[in-house]
Amino acid sequence: MLEIYDQQIAFVLPYVNFPVNWTIASTWIVMAVLLLVSFLATRNLKTGDKVSHWQTAMEVMVKLIYGQIDEMTKGGKAMTYLPFIGTLFLFILTCNLMTLIPEFKSPTASLSTTGALAIMVLIGIPFFGIKNAGMKKYLKKYIEPSPAMLPFNVLSELTSTGAMAVRLFGNVLSGVIIGSICLMLVPFILPLPMQVLGLFTGMIQAYIFAMLALMYVSSVHDDEDEPPAVQNKKQALETLEK
Amino acid sequence: MDLVAILGSISIFTAGFCLSIGASAAGLAEGYAVASGLTSLAQQPDEAGSISRTMFISLAIVETSGIYCFVVAMILLFANPFWQYAISTVAK
Repeated sequence: MLEIYDQQIAFVLPYVNFPVNWTIASTWIVMAVLLLVSFLATRNLKTGDKVSHWQTAMEVMVKLIYGQIDEMTKGGKAMTYLPFIGTLFLFILTCNLMTLIPEFKSPTASLSTTGALAIMVLIGIPFFGIKNAGMKKYLKKYIEPSPAMLPFNVLSELTSTGAMAVRLFGNVLSGVIIGSICLMLVPFILPLPMQVLGLFTGMIQAYIFAMLALMYVSSVHDDEDEPPAVQNKKQALETLEK
Repeated sequence: MDLVAILGSISIFTAGFCLSIGASAAGLAEGYAVASGLTSLAQQPDEAGSISRTMFISLAIVETSGIYCFVVAMILLFANPFWQYAISTVAK
């Protein structure tokens, strides 16, 4: 009964004879949907008073994600993270919301997909850390309280990203399994509120995955670029101490 | 009772036990987190955005233990690693 999409073969690729399981197949479907929508929306971008509905929708979405990232990070560096975090958010959101379509097998209900996303975040931590603060400062993070904490710091990096993968996988899978159990017991009314709850959970999980990825990725940053409010607060504290 | 029956009943019992403890503990903890989040939200309505964002993220982190319990219960029920061993032992 357990929905193991990694073992269900969707079709076999011709010529290369490569069996494609449902996880890969539905990932391709989600990618196709995202590509198609973004292609249709950005086909003829305009500035001015009269813009298309598509462009307005896209602008609202990008501005929303940008605003959230801008609130979480320091020093107006939101544009650095926007492509990575926005892609993660939109991909997971589309995967989770498309569970409503019957017979669609959500890729995020498989540990391979969420593990791949978590590995991307794991690679993103040194990438953005070195990009923002330089190699020296990034490596200094690991011996921060004292060099004796080095193994624990490395371990916490690995476990926190692994926990992200298991969290997303477990949440989506629990929604799928509860849906199928309800379908067995009370097939008429009861699955409906569970599906609505699944929509809510999927939205929240996409948001949380993106925000946690942003937190880990932006954990190393330059202190010189603090916004003036924080610097003022620090100066005030220093003068108080004197 | 043969090995398969013992393994099956122990797996089902352990899965239910694991899920009950995991769900109740995570539920209690999330309830406390939401309660204090709502208290601070009522005290400082201006900071609603930042408080609710932090609350959701910490809820997700608290919920992880419950999700771990769920995954372990599912492994026990549907992907038990000792199941093949038990079946092959009985078949001999």
